[in-house]
Amino acid sequence: MNETEAKSKALSWRRLRALCFKETLQIIRDPSSNLIAFVLPLIMLFIFGYGINLDSGAIKIGLLLEDHSEEAHRFADSFYGSRYFSVLPAQNRQQLDQEIMDGTIRGFVVIQQNFSEDLERPGNSAPVQVVTDGAEPQLAAFVQGYTQGAWQDWLTQRNLDQGIRAPAEIGVQERYWYNPSAESRNFLVPGSITLIMTVVGALLTSLVVAREWERGTMEALLASPMSRTEFLLSKLIPYYVLGIVSLMICVIVAVFVLGVPFRGSIFALFLVSTLFLLTTLGAGLLISTLMKNQFNAAQAALNLAFLPSMMFSGFIYEISSMPAPIRAVTYLFPARYFVTCLQTLFQAGDLWPILLRNSLFLLVSGIVLIGLTARFTRKRLD
Amino acid sequence: MFKRIRALIIKELQTLFGDPQSRILLFMPLVLQTALFPFAVTLDVQNNTLAVLNRDAGPASIELIQRFAQAEAFTQYINLRSEQEMRSTIENQDALLVLYIPVDFSRNVAAGHEADIQAIVDGRRSNSGQIALGYVESIIQSYNSERLIEGGQIAPSQIILRHWFNPNLNYKFFVLPSLVAMITTISVLIVTSLSIAREREQGTFDQLLVSPLTPGMIMVGKTVPAVLVAMIQGTMILLAAVIFYRVPFEGSLILLYLSIFFYAIAVSGIGLLISSVCETQQQAFLGVFTFMMPAVMLSGYAAPIDNMPRWLQVVTEANPLRHLIVIVKSIFLKGSSTGFVLDHLWPLILIALITNLAANWMFRRKIA
Repeated sequence: MNETEAKSKALSWRRLRALCFKETLQIIRDPSSNLIAFVLPLIMLFIFGYGINLDSGAIKIGLLLEDHSEEAHRFADSFYGSRYFSVLPAQNRQQLDQEIMDGTIRGFVVIQQNFSEDLERPGNSAPVQVVTDGAEPQLAAFVQGYTQGAWQDWLTQRNLDQGIRAPAEIGVQERYWYNPSAESRNFLVPGSITLIMTVVGALLTSLVVAREWERGTMEALLASPMSRTEFLLSKLIPYYVLGIVSLMICVIVAVFVLGVPFRGSIFALFLVSTLFLLTTLGAGLLISTLMKNQFNAAQAALNLAFLPSMMFSGFIYEISSMPAPIRAVTYLFPARYFVTCLQTLFQAGDLWPILLRNSLFLLVSGIVLIGLTARFTRKRLD
Repeated sequence: MFKRIRALIIKELQTLFGDPQSRILLFMPLVLQTALFPFAVTLDVQNNTLAVLNRDAGPASIELIQRFAQAEAFTQYINLRSEQEMRSTIENQDALLVLYIPVDFSRNVAAGHEADIQAIVDGRRSNSGQIALGYVESIIQSYNSERLIEGGQIAPSQIILRHWFNPNLNYKFFVLPSLVAMITTISVLIVTSLSIAREREQGTFDQLLVSPLTPGMIMVGKTVPAVLVAMIQGTMILLAAVIFYRVPFEGSLILLYLSIFFYAIAVSGIGLLISSVCETQQQAFLGVFTFMMPAVMLSGYAAPIDNMPRWLQVVTEANPLRHLIVIVKSIFLKGSSTGFVLDHLWPLILIALITNLAANWMFRRKIA
C-alpha cells in the first residue's frame, strides 16, 4: 500500500505519453468518435444555421370578410401586403375552425358584417376579431404582434386619407446592438457550439472509464505502475485535443459558411473554450468513474450533461425569465457560462468584464469536477 | 414460440429493472425533467430588467416610466445617469433593454409633436429583446390611446383577441405534451440499441444466436420491453401534466396510447437498426445520439416547423418525433378528431414498418 502510494505520486512523462498514445489510437480507430467529433457538429451547425429559426417568417393566417365594403377590403389589403403573413382567404367560419384545428393556419382574422357602418358611427368602435392557435404559443405571440401592426398601419392610412389629424403619437425607435438585423442565427449558432462541445466533452468521456472497468482492461492498468494523475491526464489530454479540433471546425464553418460574425480574439476564444472543456471533460469522467458500466454512464451523461446544457444554458430559453429556483439550478451547469462567453465573443467582441466573470465560474467548476473525479478514482479492485 | 419470446422478454425486463442503479436511471431523469423543464422552457419574457436613461424631467416621461415599472415583464428597474452607464449596462447584460428618453420628449408630447424614445436592445439575445420590446410598445400604445380618449376622441376600431386552446399562452401547455414524446424517445432508443450492443460486447449475444430463437424473435424480445417502458413513462408524464401542471386533456386516451404504441415501435426499429451496425456500446450510444439530436431539433419542439425553409419542412416528415409531438399536442389541447390523428398516425406506422424491416434485414445479413 505504502509502496504503491509512493510510486503513484510520481508523474512519468514516458508513461503518460504511452497512455495518451493508447487513448488516441482508441479514438482514431473507432469510427463512432469521429462521427461525434466531426460529422455530428457539422450536421448540428447546419440545423442551427438553417433549421432553427426564432424569427418569424410569413405566418399562415386565415382571413374572413363578412363585410364586403370598400373599407373592409382596404383593411384586408394591409394584411395581404404584410411580409409577416401569408394570408389564406376563407369562405366561412367552419372553414377557419377546421384549419386552425388541423394546424394549417396559426390564427385568423374576421371582419364582421357591419364593420364599415360601425366604423362610421361616431362614438362607436368597430371590432376586429383575431384568434390565434395557442397550442403554438410562440407563433401565437407573433400573430398577436403583427395583426396589431397591420391594424395600426390601416388606421394611420385611413386617418391620413380622411384628413383626420390625430394628435402625434409617441413612437419607439429600436436599435439592436451587436446584431443590427436581429437575426436569431447570430446567437443560436454560437450557442449550439456549446451543445457540440458538451457532446464531445461529456458524452465521449463518460464512456471511457466505464469501458475500462467493463472490459476488464482496468485491472490490467491497475497492475501497471501507472499513477492516478497519469491515468486522469491520459483521459483528459486526448479528448481535450479532440474537443479543440472540433471547436475549430465549428468556428470555421460558423464564420465562413454560415456567415455568423466573429468579433472577439482567438486568444479569448481559446481561453474560455479550454476552461469549458476542462469542466465538461471533468463531468464526463466523473460520471464514468461513478457508474462503472457504460449503459448507465450513457444515460447519466445524456440526462445530466446534455439535456441540461440545452435547457438551462440560456441559449434558446432566456434564463432571466425562469422562476427563481430554476434560475438557481442553472448556475450548476457550466454550459450557461460558456454560452454567455461565446455569444459575447461572436457578436460583441472581447468584453473582458463579462468574459472574466464567466471564466472564473468555469474554472471553479472545472477544478471541483476534476477534483471529485480524482477523489473517486480508485486504484484497487473491490 | 410464444413461450420462448416470453422467456426472452422476462430476461430483458430483469436486466432492465433488476439492477437498482439502472432502475434509478430509468425513472430519476423522468422525474427531474418533468419537474424542471416545464419551468425552464419559455420563450416568453418575464421578470426582466429594464434600464432607462431619462434626459427629460417632464411629466410625460415620468408617467411613461411609471407605467413601465408596473409592467409584469419587467420586475427590476435601473435608473441610468450617463451614456457611459448605458453602454456598460448592455455590455455586461445587466439589462435586456435600455430606453433612452431625449431631452425634448415631454415638451414635444405637450406640443402635440412627434415624440420618439429610443430602445437599445442587446443583440446577443435579440429574440428575447424583440419580445420585451413588444411589451414596451404595447405599454406606449395604451398610453397613446388613453391620451386620445382624454382628448375627446375614441379609436374608431378595436382588436378583440383570443388565444384558442391556451388562453394565456402558457408555455407549460406546450412543453408537457412534447415532453411525453421527448422522454420516451430517449428511453426507447437506449433500451433497444444499447442492450444488444451490451450483449455483443459481453459475448452473450452469441449465446442468444445459438439458442432456438430466430432473429425475428430476438427483435420482438427486445422491442416489447422498450414499448413497455415507453408506455409507463408516457403515463407518468401524462399524469404529472394533468394533475400537477393542470394541462387540459381534451382528447381521447385510446388514440394517445395507440400513437405512443406505434411511435415506440418505430423508434425501437431505429434503435435496433443502429445496434445491428454497431460493434460496441460506445458506438451504439453515439449512433443513438447522432439520430436523436437532429430528430429533437427538427421536431417542432425547439423551434416551430413553420419557420423552417420549405425543403427542411419536407425532410421533417420522415422524423417520427415530429408526428408524435403533433399528435400528442393536439390530443391534449385541441381534442383532435380521430381523422386528424390518423393523418399523422399512418406516417408513424409507415416509419415503424420501414425501420423494423431494415433492422431485420441488417440483422440477418450480420449473422449470415
